Amino acid sequence: MAAQAKIPTPPPQKQRRYGMVIDLDRCTGCGACMTACAVENNVPSGPPEADERKGINLMRVFTVRERNSRRTAFIPILCMQCGDRTPCETVCPQQAVEVDPLTGIVEQMPQRCLGCRYCMAACPYQARTFNWWDPAWPAGMETTLNPGVAPRMRGVVEKCDLCHSRLHAAEDRAAAEGRRDLNPGEYVPACVEACPTQAIVFGDLADKASEVSRLAAQPESFRWLERLGTGPKVYYRTRRRWVRDLARQGGAAPNQEVTRG
Amino acid sequence: MNLRSVFSFLAGLAGMLALGWLVFPAVLYERIPQPAQFSHQVHTGEAGMSCSDCHAFRDDGSFAGIPRLETCLPCHTEPAGETPQEKHFIEAFVTPHREVPWLVYSRQPDNVRFSHARHVKVGEMACEDCHGAVGESARLKDFQRNRISGYSRDIWGPRMLRIGWKPGEGMKMSDCEDCHRQRSVVAGCLGCHK
Repeated sequence: MAAQAKIPTPPPQKQRRYGMVIDLDRCTGCGACMTACAVENNVPSGPPEADERKGINLMRVFTVRERNSRRTAFIPILCMQCGDRTPCETVCPQQAVEVDPLTGIVEQMPQRCLGCRYCMAACPYQARTFNWWDPAWPAGMETTLNPGVAPRMRGVVEKCDLCHSRLHAAEDRAAAEGRRDLNPGEYVPACVEACPTQAIVFGDLADKASEVSRLAAQPESFRWLERLGTGPKVYYRTRRRWVRDLARQGGAAPNQEVTRG
Repeated sequence: MNLRSVFSFLAGLAGMLALGWLVFPAVLYERIPQPAQFSHQVHTGEAGMSCSDCHAFRDDGSFAGIPRLETCLPCHTEPAGETPQEKHFIEAFVTPHREVPWLVYSRQPDNVRFSHARHVKVGEMACEDCHGAVGESARLKDFQRNRISGYSRDIWGPRMLRIGWKPGEGMKMSDCEDCHRQRSVVAGCLGCHK
């Protein structure tokens, strides 16, 4: 026991809650975030039969049209990083999903995943995709792979983890300078960096002084399916009333919701 | 239960344990000699070098790991000593300018992320805390490759049963977790995986 008492306990690490605010009024639907995401996270293009349902997209941009009108909005959907009640974490029989206590990022461990896809059924945002094929890249393209991200094998589920390899790299750079904590802006996911209209603001929601906290608290900001109580850390904002109404209704009012099975 | 059945049970048990603990590891691991010999003892002792003289950090905080040939060149364009190992090293690698394909004992699986900078510079750990007394070794031992997984035996450690385990013997996930738990350092799965 005497030897154990000597073990140094470092000061507790800073609690963070990484999240983002996506400005739908700025999104032009160009899809640069989707491409940057795929390149960053070693997502292969898949065989020809990989369609919208079977292909892998950790980030997707949907088009929404208002009924009887020509008004359109583009809505990028990624893992909402549910912070309060995380449906995928609850249902996973393998404990392959975990909410990181330090960063608030919902993490998916492909090596633990057995491919039952309960999490895909549980996710109200359909932010999870299944690997129907082993990853394959055209000859020569393997040199462009990101060494910080392990490729996923056939038969496992994957999702956005807010570019964890970039968090690792930022932590390494900070550690090289002897810092434990990151400065704001040192860690930014690929989609945020790629957006040509800078529609996505990323940061620490636990830091009340951050830009992302300020924007998330504004009345124009909302989250999808807020009534489910999942507590997403991905916020959206728009000055367009009809898009906000759409989000508030979430397709149907809770008491009119149709459930099958 | 007669004595004979007890005896045959114990004999069978001992036989199977011997098979599992002695024969199986010998079959499981393939011994590969290093492409060149190297004495850490000579370099840290006579030459008075430290670990970081060869195993250095890059500017971005990533760890360079095993040094490249250019690190050896300032001292070893000509033989500095008289050993046949050094002569072989210079003839086979230095003169033709060929990188040494070192076999890395502590190479982790592809899905592991380990930041040397966070452990050494922020956590103030010594190299020996995980790697053991590599700096005092007189020669490079054979690399033992797991025939099934391809991983180095040093990940599991030399003790098959891991009884009396000491720091520096083995780098399994449970070894990382133990150390983190003792120091109350929290990390999620993706803190150490990628």
